[in-house]
Amino acid sequence: MAGNPRKDEISGVDTTGHEWDGIEELNNPLPRWWLWVLYASVIWSIGYWIAMPAWPGISDYTRGVLGYSQRQTVMDELAEVKAGRADIEAKIVASSLEDIAKDPNLNQYALAAGQAAFGDNCAGCHGSGAQGAKGYPNLNDDHWLWGGSLEDIHYTINYGIRSTHDETRFNDMTAFLADEILEKQEISDVAEYVLSLSGTSSDSEAAQRGLPIFEDNCVACHETGGVGNREMGAPNLSDKLWLFGGDKKTVVQSIAYGRKGVMPTWEARLDPVTIKALSIYVHSLGGGE
Amino acid sequence: MTRETTAKAKMPLDGWVIAAALVIGTFYATLTAARTEDPVMSVHAYVFAGAFLLGIFGIIKAYFDTSESLATQSADAPIEYDLKVVKAGVIASVFWGIAGFIAGDTIAFQLAYPDLNFDTSFINFGRLRPLHTSAVIFAFGGNVLLATSFYVVQRTCKARLPGVFSSWFVFWGYQLFIVVAATGYLMGATQGKEYAEPEWYTDIWLTIVWVVYLLVFLGTLWKRREPHIYVANWFYLAFIVTVAMLHIVNNLTVPVSWTSSKSYILFAGVQDALTQWWYGHNAVGFFLTAGFLAIMYYFVPKRANRPVYSYRLSIVHFWSLIFMYIWAGPHHLHYTALPDWAQTLGMTFSIMLWMPSWGGMINGLMTLSGAWDKLRTDPVLRMLVVSIAFYGMSTFEGPVMSIKAVNSLSHYTDWTVGHVHSGALGWVAYVSFGALYCLVPWLWNRTQLYSLKLVSYHFWISTFGILLYITSMWVSGILQGLMWRAYDDLGFLEYSFVETVEAMNPFYWIRAIGGAFFVIGSLIMAYNLWRTARGDVRTESRSLAPEAVPSPVAAE
Repeated sequence: MAGNPRKDEISGVDTTGHEWDGIEELNNPLPRWWLWVLYASVIWSIGYWIAMPAWPGISDYTRGVLGYSQRQTVMDELAEVKAGRADIEAKIVASSLEDIAKDPNLNQYALAAGQAAFGDNCAGCHGSGAQGAKGYPNLNDDHWLWGGSLEDIHYTINYGIRSTHDETRFNDMTAFLADEILEKQEISDVAEYVLSLSGTSSDSEAAQRGLPIFEDNCVACHETGGVGNREMGAPNLSDKLWLFGGDKKTVVQSIAYGRKGVMPTWEARLDPVTIKALSIYVHSLGGGE
Repeated sequence: MTRETTAKAKMPLDGWVIAAALVIGTFYATLTAARTEDPVMSVHAYVFAGAFLLGIFGIIKAYFDTSESLATQSADAPIEYDLKVVKAGVIASVFWGIAGFIAGDTIAFQLAYPDLNFDTSFINFGRLRPLHTSAVIFAFGGNVLLATSFYVVQRTCKARLPGVFSSWFVFWGYQLFIVVAATGYLMGATQGKEYAEPEWYTDIWLTIVWVVYLLVFLGTLWKRREPHIYVANWFYLAFIVTVAMLHIVNNLTVPVSWTSSKSYILFAGVQDALTQWWYGHNAVGFFLTAGFLAIMYYFVPKRANRPVYSYRLSIVHFWSLIFMYIWAGPHHLHYTALPDWAQTLGMTFSIMLWMPSWGGMINGLMTLSGAWDKLRTDPVLRMLVVSIAFYGMSTFEGPVMSIKAVNSLSHYTDWTVGHVHSGALGWVAYVSFGALYCLVPWLWNRTQLYSLKLVSYHFWISTFGILLYITSMWVSGILQGLMWRAYDDLGFLEYSFVETVEAMNPFYWIRAIGGAFFVIGSLIMAYNLWRTARGDVRTESRSLAPEAVPSPVAAE
C-alpha cells in the first residue's frame, strides 16, 4: 500500500501513503511555534557560547567575552568573606574567653560562628538542639561531668575525652564484673544502693547491703554519697540525671562492664577561632558556669 | 523469504551456536566457582553455571519435545509471529515491576523511619536503593522494552524474529543479568556508579546478551516485507545501539583478578565523573526516553485508531533528539570540578533539547485529534495520554533544572528525586502500563480486558500517588535547597545539615504514602491482566466502551 496517499476524513490532511500494521502517518508540516522555539533556543545557546567559556580546543577553550570563571568567582568570594572577618577574628584570637563573652560585638560574632560550627560538627552526637542522647551529654543543663566554666568547656572541645590527643581528659570506669572484682549479686546490691541515692530504689534491703560495697569500691571517684568529682570526671550519682539511663538494668550494665564514651579532639580539625566560638556558644546554652 | 521449507525438523543454527556457547560458559563458570576465594564471586559463579546448564537442557528439551515448532515456515504461509517470547516478556515486566515498586516504597519508608532497615546490612538503604533503581529501570523497563520491541518490530516489518532460540537467549539471558545484579547488590557488590552498579562480570554478560538483542532486532528489520522502516523501530534501534555504547564505555574496568568480584574503573577523578554522567543522562535519554517513545509511536495510534499526526515532525524530532541528548550529561555536574566549558555545553544542549523532546509529545497528543472523545470511555487510552502529558512536563522541567542558576538551588535536593519520578512514574510506567493493557488481550487472543473499570481504578489510584509523590518532593526539595543556602547577617550558615534532614521528615512520609498508592495500583493491574489472560470478562454494571481496537491477532 506504500506510496498511495489518501485524505484523512477527520482532519482533512493527506497521509504519506505508508502503512504499517494498520498505522498511517499524516503529512502535517512542523508546527510553526515549535520550529521557532527550537530556533530561538539554538540562537540563545550560540549567544551563551559567545559570552561564556564554551568550546574546547587542543590546549585551551574559548573563554567567552564576559571572562567568567567559576573557580575565580568562588576564590574571590571566599577572599572577600575572609577579609571582612579578619579584624574581628584577630581580636578573638587575642582575647581571653571571658573578655570575648563580655564584649557585645565579639560575643555576638562568637555565638553565630559557634552555632554554625556546632550544627556541622557536634549536632551529630549531641543533637541539633544540644539536647544530647543516650551516652551523649545534654549541653543545655547545668549538670557537667568535667566542668562548665568557659575554660573547662574549651579544654574539653580542644582535647576531647578519651581521645587520641596526649592532653585528653581521661578516666576509666572499672568493669567490675568483666574484671572479676565483684560478683553478680554484689553488683545488683550496689546498683540498688546507687539508685537509692536519688530515691529511686525499690529494694531498701539490697540497698543496705550495697552500701559497704559502694564504700569499698566507688567512693574513691564518686565520693561519699555518690556526689561525683569533676576533677576526675566522675558523674554525680544522686541527681536523677543519667547519661546512659537510670533504670536498674542500665545501672547494672554500667557497673558490670564500665563505660568508655569518647569525645574526639577538635584541635587539629577546627581553627582556634572556631573552638573559642564553640566554647562561648555551648557555655551560653543554659548551663554555663 | 530466507526461510526454507523443511519437512523434518532439524536443530536450527542458532540452537547449535547458543548451546555451544553455553557449554563453554558452564565450563568457565564451574572453573571460576572452584578457584575463587571471593564469596560473592563464588555464589555468582554457581548461579551462572546453573543457569547455563538449564539453558542447555532447555534447548535439548525444545528440540526433542516440540520438534514441529522448530520447523521453519513456508514462504507462502501467512506469517506466524514469534509471540511466545513477547508473552514471557509481558509476564516478566509485571513481576519485576511490582518487585521494583515495592523495593522503592520500602526505601521511601526507610527514609521516613530509618529503623526499618532492622540494623541488617542486606536491606539497608545503601543496598536497597540500587536494587530499586535497577529493578524499575532495567528489570521492569527493560522487559517492557524487550517485549514491546519484539512485538512491534515483527508486526511493523511483517517478519518473524530471526532464528528460533536467539530471542529466548536474549530473554532468559536478560533475566539472568537481573538476578545476578540484584543479588550482587544485596551482598554488597557494587562499582559505586549510579545506574551502573553491577560489577565487571555482570557487565560482560549483559554486553553479550545485548549484542544478540541487537542482532535479533536488526535481523527482523533486514527481513522486513515493508518498503519503509516505521518510526517506532528507529527509536528502538537508537535505544539498543546507544545503550550498548554507553554501557561498554562507562563500564571499562580492571578486575582485581579473574576470580574476584571487585574491579576498578579505568578513568579517575573528574574524567570518571563526566563519563558516568554522560552514561547516566543518556541512560535516561536512550533507555527511558527513546525506547519508550517507540512504545508510544506504536501503541497510541493503534489504541486511538488514528494516523500519527506528522511524519515530518517524527523525522525532525528523532534526529534532533538523538543529536542533542548525547551532549547534555555534564548538567549533572554543575558547580563541581568539571571545567566551565563542559558545564556550558551541558546546559546549552539541554536547553536546545527542549523542543526535540516536545516533538514526541506533540506527535503523541495530536495523534488523538479526532479521537479525544475516546478518553472518556477508554481508561487505557487515558493512561497513555496522561503518560505523554507527564513526558511533556518532565522534559520541560529537565531543561529548566539544567540552567545553572536553577541548578544551584535544585542540585542534590529532593527536587531532583521528584523530577526523576515524574518522568519515571508518570511517563515511563504509565506508557508501559498502557502498552501492557493493550498487549495482554492481543497476545492471549482475548476480545477485551477482564475489566476496564479496574483499569480506571488503577489509573486514579496511581495518579493520586504520583501527585502526592512529586508535589511533596517539590516542596521538600525547594525547602532543602533554601535551607542549605540560608546565611545569617554575619555570613554563617543558618541551618545545620541535621536540621535540614529533620525538616524533610513530613515530606518523606507523604512521598512514601504516595508510593504505596502507586504499588496498590500496580497490584490491581496485575490482577486484571491475569484474569484477562485466563479469558475472564467481568460483568460491569455501567458498560464502558468496547475495546478500542479489535485483536489484531484474530484479524490476521
